[in-house]
Amino acid sequence: MKYIRQMLIILSVTCVAEILKYFIPLPIPASIYGLVLMFLLLVTGIVKLPQVKETAEFLVEIMTIMFIPATVGLMENWDVLRPILFPLIVIIPVTTVLVMGITGRTAQRILRRRGKENE
Amino acid sequence: MNNLILSSTTFGVVISFLGFMIGMALKKRFKIAIFNPLLIAILLVIAVLKLFRIDYSSYNASAKYLSYLLTPATVCLAIPLYTQLEKLRQNLLAILCALAVGVLTSLVSVLALSALFRLSHQEYVTLLPKSVTSAIGMGVSEELGGYSSITVAVIILSGIFGNVSGDLVCRLFRITEPIAKGLGMGAASHAIGTARAMEWGELEGAMSSLAIVVSGLLTVVGASVFANFL
Repeated sequence: MKYIRQMLIILSVTCVAEILKYFIPLPIPASIYGLVLMFLLLVTGIVKLPQVKETAEFLVEIMTIMFIPATVGLMENWDVLRPILFPLIVIIPVTTVLVMGITGRTAQRILRRRGKENE
Repeated sequence: MNNLILSSTTFGVVISFLGFMIGMALKKRFKIAIFNPLLIAILLVIAVLKLFRIDYSSYNASAKYLSYLLTPATVCLAIPLYTQLEKLRQNLLAILCALAVGVLTSLVSVLALSALFRLSHQEYVTLLPKSVTSAIGMGVSEELGGYSSITVAVIILSGIFGNVSGDLVCRLFRITEPIAKGLGMGAASHAIGTARAMEWGELEGAMSSLAIVVSGLLTVVGASVFANFL
């Protein structure tokens, strides 16, 4: 019963999110509505953690593997990238490293400064 | 061969899992960043398809069930976020500031490099939402008149690159705080990076999940402003 109920709750939230996506004309995917909705349900206590825990952990653990099919699919439409391939070879790594590094440094600096103030 | 694979409901799933397991084994054996299980799995699957002349569509006939789970799995990222609620509340200001800076960095760096490479306006807006989760990025790109199929490809590649290089980038920038590592990963490489942050730890994973949502929403607004700059 445990897994049936957990799966039911997770898929129901996903389904409601898909309905929201259908009615709200914004470029925001159902998965984001679902994430926010599930978070709110947990915070308000409508859904309790044990009611979703194991199944959620299972899905999150195998999530990396879920990206394989779409990425392998890039080999099908490789041609669309060809016209701007050279700029992309530079732009993708440079911007990704910059965003990760600067976001992380900014967070770390603010966290440490506040840590010192509290001492 | 294609018909045989097409008739299987598990082949694509099996080789995806198998590729990942081989990647995990290699990573354990050689502790080098390039032996990233996700990257190895992707390359192995491509190699198998090419070697046995299997069409992508035959592979995807069963592998699509993996993609199907992506939306419910993303919904489940709310769970680590909830269990780390206390940390989130204590550090809310730092988190929001860092993510705003991250989105700005992404937009400015795409603008600068697009100008450098003399990309057209249409190519520029195609790349603007490159760091956010693919469904948001695709929507933004369409809205601004970009090529949304290129946007999706670039978003996936940015995710894979971040997933693979994350450990190195954090070392390079001397980022050691779990909250900071998670935020950086999520801001740069959305859900694909979050999968790696989850392996670092629950706090990293929670912060990376949060970054997907907040950066995604900020980019919807920010990209429409930056679209006027080139």
